Amino acid sequence: MKPYAWSLAFAFILVGPLLGALLAGVDRRLTARMQSRKGPPILQPIYDVLKLFEKDTLVVTQLQTLYLWGFLFFMVIAGFILFLGSDLLLSLFALTVSGIFLCLAAYATNSPYSNIGSSRELMLMMAYEPMLIMVPLGFFLVTGSFRVSDIIAGSPWQVLQLLGILVGFLFVLTIKLRKSPFDLSSSHHGHQELVQGMTTDLSGSDLAIVEIGHWYENVILLGWLYLFFAPWGPWIALPISFVLFFAEVLVDNTNARLKWSSTLKASWLMTGVFGVTNLLLLPVIS
Amino acid sequence: MSFLKKSPWVLHYAATSCNGCDIELLACLTPLYDVERFGIVNTGNPKHADIFLVTGSVNEESRKVVENLYAQMPDPKVVVAIGACALSGGIFRDAYNVYGGIDQVIPVDVYVPGCAARPESIIDGIVRSLDILEQRAKERKRQRKMVAL
Ligand code: SF4
Repeated sequence: MKPYAWSLAFAFILVGPLLGALLAGVDRRLTARMQSRKGPPILQPIYDVLKLFEKDTLVVTQLQTLYLWGFLFFMVIAGFILFLGSDLLLSLFALTVSGIFLCLAAYATNSPYSNIGSSRELMLMMAYEPMLIMVPLGFFLVTGSFRVSDIIAGSPWQVLQLLGILVGFLFVLTIKLRKSPFDLSSSHHGHQELVQGMTTDLSGSDLAIVEIGHWYENVILLGWLYLFFAPWGPWIALPISFVLFFAEVLVDNTNARLKWSSTLKASWLMTGVFGVTNLLLLPVIS
Repeated sequence: MSFLKKSPWVLHYAATSCNGCDIELLACLTPLYDVERFGIVNTGNPKHADIFLVTGSVNEESRKVVENLYAQMPDPKVVVAIGACALSGGIFRDAYNVYGGIDQVIPVDVYVPGCAARPESIIDGIVRSLDILEQRAKERKRQRKMVAL
């Protein structure tokens, strides 16, 4: 393992949330511009979280904070493994465990809103997990390794070979980022049927932990997206992944929310049509 | 400098009456006024809110809701009463079930007059409440330190 891999992984732990916060800030500003508003400052997500630490934290049960730390911990682990250039599959598992911890925290608080929110989140996990699993699988079939460092050093044609999987991944990315039409577990706007879904009963520093976790998650998902284009080098790959990442904002602003059953059907259909077909065709293309 | 001033999240409740002030309040979120440029977010959730905006004359039915929402908001928090109804009961003052003013039920920090209150004055009311919010935050910090000692 090269020393520079270690420094990248530690940089993720330190700088990751800052980058994630900036992504969230740009996201909010873009959303505002699309609605012909001026929008908040780019640093607004950071102000929000610093504010949350100034507020009191209402504790429904001691467990909620424990689960939230679990959520944050496994999120950091998932990113650490990814940026270390290590096993992509392991990183995915850590990401999933962290999602489960967030659901547990929401269940523990026992409010009807967060209960519905977390059962919907579990449903969403069933919707996106098959496609997410297919991403490392596709990389493995193309490069012969689950290691991120090998994928980056892979052939420049891998994105063409994995085009179907990329399309499927972009589809589930919308679910992962909790954007419309799939934001049914935690709506970001008030005055909707779920209030705030999973985070309804979390306040103060607990809510801040959730936000920081989401910042890490943003960076991790951006990293996954980057992997597809990685062999072309950062100067081409980074802009492409940023553009695709912010294309999600456009999707968010132009779609109404789906019901969980249509979400499940749509995402499994996409998984089948693009993911599985791509996997089956791989031996022919390569 | 407290970050509460940079990201005040508001909770909005209409304690009955004609809903005129209600609509004006929501007008603040539209592209013309866009309060999100000050970091103001309309949360529908008392546990995330810093500022409680109440419109309308409170009556026996809505009193419990107002009290409940106020109790669920974590400290530091402020209350802004918006519109003649929320200040004194307004034209509904003489109705048999109306309390006459939100301050009969929960402590109010800023009063925004008008029937209906203009979006500009509502934004002004929120901005004024920010100073009070900052004061409260300092006090709360001191209290927490004393508990920790
Ligand atoms: S103050 Fe006037 S506009 Fe506002 S709620 Fe009362 S009656 Fe309606």
